[in-house]
Amino acid sequence: MVKKLSEWKFTSKEFAQIPEKFASGHRACAGCGPAIVLRLVMKAARGPIIATNATGCMEVVSTIYPYTSWKIPWMHTAFETAAANASGIESALKILRKKGKIKDEHVDVVAFAGDGGTFDIGFQALSGAVERGHDFLYVLYDNEAYMNTGIQRSGGTPRGAWTTTSPAGKVIPGKAEHKKPIADIMVAHEMPYVATANIAYWKDLVIKARKGMEVNGPAFLHAFAPCPRGWRSENEKTVEIARLATETCVFPLWEAEYGEYKLSAPSKAIALKPERKKPVEAYLKTQRRFRHLFKPENKHVLEEIQSEVDRRWKKLLKACEIA
Amino acid sequence: MSPQPKNWKEIPLGGACWKSSTEYKTGDWRSYKPIWNSEKCTRCMFCHIYCPEGAIKYEPETNDMVFDYDFCKGCGICANECPATAIEMVLEGKE
Repeated sequence: MVKKLSEWKFTSKEFAQIPEKFASGHRACAGCGPAIVLRLVMKAARGPIIATNATGCMEVVSTIYPYTSWKIPWMHTAFETAAANASGIESALKILRKKGKIKDEHVDVVAFAGDGGTFDIGFQALSGAVERGHDFLYVLYDNEAYMNTGIQRSGGTPRGAWTTTSPAGKVIPGKAEHKKPIADIMVAHEMPYVATANIAYWKDLVIKARKGMEVNGPAFLHAFAPCPRGWRSENEKTVEIARLATETCVFPLWEAEYGEYKLSAPSKAIALKPERKKPVEAYLKTQRRFRHLFKPENKHVLEEIQSEVDRRWKKLLKACEIA
Repeated sequence: MSPQPKNWKEIPLGGACWKSSTEYKTGDWRSYKPIWNSEKCTRCMFCHIYCPEGAIKYEPETNDMVFDYDFCKGCGICANECPATAIEMVLEGKE
């Protein structure tokens, strides 16, 4: 039996010896960020686990018929119903246990969905499942567009990003709207556990995933996962770009239990020493989806992005009672 | 997941997959190959953790990192994240 989180101290060598539940041979692009999220979250499992997956990159690449990369019970569901499916699985487990048809042990239910399946299409199912209080962990792997179908904008795409449905050119400089603060919206559900995580800070991500599974009730994990194909970035820079997102405060790391915000270590270091905060250009220039922003006529968009990042960062510090 | 090939009458209903994806080798996608240097390596496990394929494994008995070239797609994250620069990306066929 795996220890509880409070007793779970591990070194990276011990972590490396935990068996993989997400097998090699899946057909994600080279340098895929979401695949790292899946591997790490599955390694954080404390015991038996059932996963469900909304349509999206990770569903498509992991189960190309007749091959499957999942070494655990896994179910694919429609784009909008990852959370609804997870609540069904959780209820089924409850009743089977009550009738004595399965062993009386705890089984973790994890739902995976991309940003399209969470920000836009799957939101009402997620909101409903959280309101009903089902005990499951919802992992959002955020690659900031509908990458699987060919890079269309989603509610998670940031301001100024090029996508095929928000093309940058003479008329518009990429997407016109800012990213929807989905994790804050989930906090407003007054749910037991909400956290943001980043593949570049793996230990933080693993501990948050485990915490989300241990919490009694719904938990939401917003995991930042760059997509080299859709972000037009270099394959080997995936983790480096993810790290820059936190260093520039574009994607700060925090967790919230019942609406009480708490900054996580990587972002707290920046909050305590504001001179460590990098300008957003450092993050934007690593990706060619933002390259039009560096033209002189689009300077105002850059300034707008910086001021929005600063505003949200200040708001977060206030919520964490630091500033 | 049975390894037996099945004909159309035996395939499970409802699109259930029965083969492990480890039977599908993605290693031939690679154009650059990571070459590991045992002496420089500090065994920090970053390459294992950040590998999207799970193609780098740690062997506790020999204290070695084992690269599975059947699955490595050559993305280069391991070489980029290695703090000890113990991994070098070499053009396939030039190693």
